[in-house]
Amino acid sequence: MATDQDHEGARGRGGSADRTPRRAPDWADGLKQLYDSVVEEDLPDSFKALLDRLDELGQGAAPGGSAAKAARPATRPDDQR
Amino acid sequence: MSADHAPKDGPAPGDRLSALDKASFKRELTEVVPHLRAFARGLCGRPDLADDLVQETLLKAWAAQDRFEPGTSMRAWTFVILRNAYLTDMRRNRFRGEYDEGVAERILTAPAGQEEPIHLSDLHRALLTLPPERREALLLVGAGGFSYEEAAEICGCAVGTIKSRVGRARAALTEMLASGNIPRRSASDEAAHRAILDELEEVAAGNLASTRG
Repeated sequence: MATDQDHEGARGRGGSADRTPRRAPDWADGLKQLYDSVVEEDLPDSFKALLDRLDELGQGAAPGGSAAKAARPATRPDDQR
Repeated sequence: MSADHAPKDGPAPGDRLSALDKASFKRELTEVVPHLRAFARGLCGRPDLADDLVQETLLKAWAAQDRFEPGTSMRAWTFVILRNAYLTDMRRNRFRGEYDEGVAERILTAPAGQEEPIHLSDLHRALLTLPPERREALLLVGAGGFSYEEAAEICGCAVGTIKSRVGRARAALTEMLASGNIPRRSASDEAAHRAILDELEEVAAGNLASTRG
């Protein structure tokens, strides 16, 4: 079966899609800005709680197990603001 | 990161790390959380679902911590876990390329020397219309700052494939933003959703082949 790699890799070699633009497109800074805006957000409390409680979980505990579920606070959209 | 060291789901063998190692692991894991949130937000669009994905990633990373090689990139290692969780959730129909209008509408950006500012909301929406494999490639290289080689390892594909995906994603975004023709892809757009899932199946099939090969 032809894979995505076969298709894109073959087309990309010597094709226009494989060339790095001579200059960054105008929106490139915006893409980084979108990413960085999330990186710079304050971490929601739900993450702090989860990180604090990781030590209670045994290493190797199945992520879907009861201990993991107990340690994982629900994330709400309100946490983002 | 080789496939041998890539995180896998499932229980790891017992607690083998020292307290110092565990503390170091936790510190590094904590440091990458903001980046995981940014990557997840770019992948699935909705902040609440993205954060659920990150929490799932943190739990899986913690459970698999003795498979992490100290000195290697925690960010790359956890991005692999997050990406795998995302693909699994996509196959379960959880994400639909949903877009949070409110978040991006608040921000505008005006690149130097450009007459018309690019609305980040348009950019965000255009990004979410890209096929998932191109979107993730562009996020990793264009936003996350990974090299093509690192992105290829995260995605489990060839460097040339990543270059091609990034190139195509850039071309598509440039065209959409220049023309202003950005397709709406909403949760109710079943045709678009089906197209995404079909593409995803192809991506997953390709990844499995490359991992096994």
